[in-house]
Amino acid sequence: MQSNLISEDKQKNKLEKTFEILKTMASKPSGLIGLTIVLFHVVLALISPYIAPYDYKAISPNTMLLAPSAEHWFGTDSLGRDVFTRTILGGRTALTVTFFGSLIALLWGGLLGIFCGLVGGKIDDVVMRVVDAFLSIPWILAMLLIVSLLGTSTEVLIPALGFFYGKGIVRVARAATHDVIAKDFIVSARARGHSNMSIIWNEIIPNVRDAILVEGAMRWSWMLLGFSSLSFLGFGVSPPTPDWGLMISNARGLMSFAYWSVIAPIVGLSSLIIGINLTADAFAKALGIDRSTKAPV
Amino acid sequence: MLLLILKRIGLGLITLFIVSLITFVGVEVLPGDACTTYLEREAYGSALDACIKRLGLDVPAYERYLDWASNVVRGDFGYSLSGEMPINEVLGPRVKNSLVLASVSILIGIPLAIVLGIITALWRDKLPDIMISTITIFSMTIPEFISATLLILIVAIWLGWLPGIVIIPSDATFYELLSNIILPVVAISMIMTAHMARMVRSSVIQVMASDYVQMAILKGVPYWKMVFRHVLPNALLPAINVVALTIAWLLGGVVVTEVVFNYPGLGRLVIESISNRDLPVVQALAIILASIYVGINLIADLMTLMLNPRLKSLQIRK
Repeated sequence: MQSNLISEDKQKNKLEKTFEILKTMASKPSGLIGLTIVLFHVVLALISPYIAPYDYKAISPNTMLLAPSAEHWFGTDSLGRDVFTRTILGGRTALTVTFFGSLIALLWGGLLGIFCGLVGGKIDDVVMRVVDAFLSIPWILAMLLIVSLLGTSTEVLIPALGFFYGKGIVRVARAATHDVIAKDFIVSARARGHSNMSIIWNEIIPNVRDAILVEGAMRWSWMLLGFSSLSFLGFGVSPPTPDWGLMISNARGLMSFAYWSVIAPIVGLSSLIIGINLTADAFAKALGIDRSTKAPV
Repeated sequence: MLLLILKRIGLGLITLFIVSLITFVGVEVLPGDACTTYLEREAYGSALDACIKRLGLDVPAYERYLDWASNVVRGDFGYSLSGEMPINEVLGPRVKNSLVLASVSILIGIPLAIVLGIITALWRDKLPDIMISTITIFSMTIPEFISATLLILIVAIWLGWLPGIVIIPSDATFYELLSNIILPVVAISMIMTAHMARMVRSSVIQVMASDYVQMAILKGVPYWKMVFRHVLPNALLPAINVVALTIAWLLGGVVVTEVVFNYPGLGRLVIESISNRDLPVVQALAIILASIYVGINLIADLMTLMLNPRLKSLQIRK
């Protein structure tokens, strides 16, 4: 990460930089594939309510467990609902929940991390101990506890996911802040008499942003994994919301003779997770950050 | 050195103390206590009073925490709500089952990961690397419940080779377990191996580019001797920490896999206790899983310290 040079046409520079990063990401096949998959899913999530051929919650005993056909492209499930409709709407659920969850995680994790890196001392020690303690509780236990006591609405799930996936970002943001804080331009900003807020906003955030964003992209795919695992276990969104984890768990018992209702959500979820991962990898490489040494925590 | 070890252990204990506070406070603060969540609609009148009395919920929270914590330190987690059994008896067979699953997966996973990591690093960007790396990316990104479901669909249903779900009593013998755990072990070690192999790969690549390896090449050390003598010892050292984190993940994160295969381990107990709103068991599980996590990380830290003289002197100076 190099410090951003302040230029006169900052806005134009930013756009160019973004474009440059995208171009670098797409220059390798894995990055291009990842970007394409993510773009595909996002577009599909945006248009899915308008192109869905059936009502996602319409139960009909006449169409139970039909094999894929011209009317029902991916067949129907055990309640006679169209699997194609539910699959494309499931992407919408997954992307909405994890997008807002990641946003919350980035915001609180990033800001708290920068704050800790900046103030140091006792406060930093205490906060990091608590973060460490949270890291050592298996996420699934904590999430399940919260969800089972507060309910499984998206209003609970999004902040809960955002909170739990933010604690890892705290560490990254703190470490990145530590790297930056001893640099000359911070010292000179201090000498110029800038306030702490101004230093955070103008000097530190632009320099730690890349590291935090890469971490956030990684967390996004883990959050998607966590969210769909919760749904799969029956602690995520409640039926009849179309959701991949829920669809897989419902169709699993019948897959010996109706495998199509389990295959469609599996393909949807796997492709999105792989897409996000490839994109995050390419993003990290385009920004010059190596993420291959990370453990799955 | 001894001081350093003691300091690390102390930090671990502090972390565990905070975990116990978090779980206790969490259960206190979230709406509904053990009685109301357990009794649900019958939570009024004499039944509620009796339950509160029985669990001692009428004493102040800090007293209950101290009481509970001092019992936990002595190894007594109290009684579960639903089965009305001592939690230790509930946990015993589950811990054993999970340990069997974990250790078999680790015994298969670690050597495999090291071999795959070395192969991919030495043949970097060539066909073996591209093939293995693609597979590892797939197996580490796809959620456990998907790979497990696919395994059941393909191996158990379509091919009919192995049983799809594990049907054993929670106190099964070791031999009974072993014949049933092949698919769960494959599902778990797939993810674990993928993570570790990637780590080993990047570590080997890093060491291969270092000055002393270049020096060894220039000196004319035979290729394989250089790999085994100079590269591997240095490359595998940083992998210890990742292995530790992966094992810690394995112990907590197999919840989903255990549910898919109906495996009677700690992970399924997590789901069962939460579905039954059995808060004492949930608290016990949080402490146990956190202790395992902290313990494994501690062991990994100490191992790295002992195996790496440079790090040792560095740490002491700090």
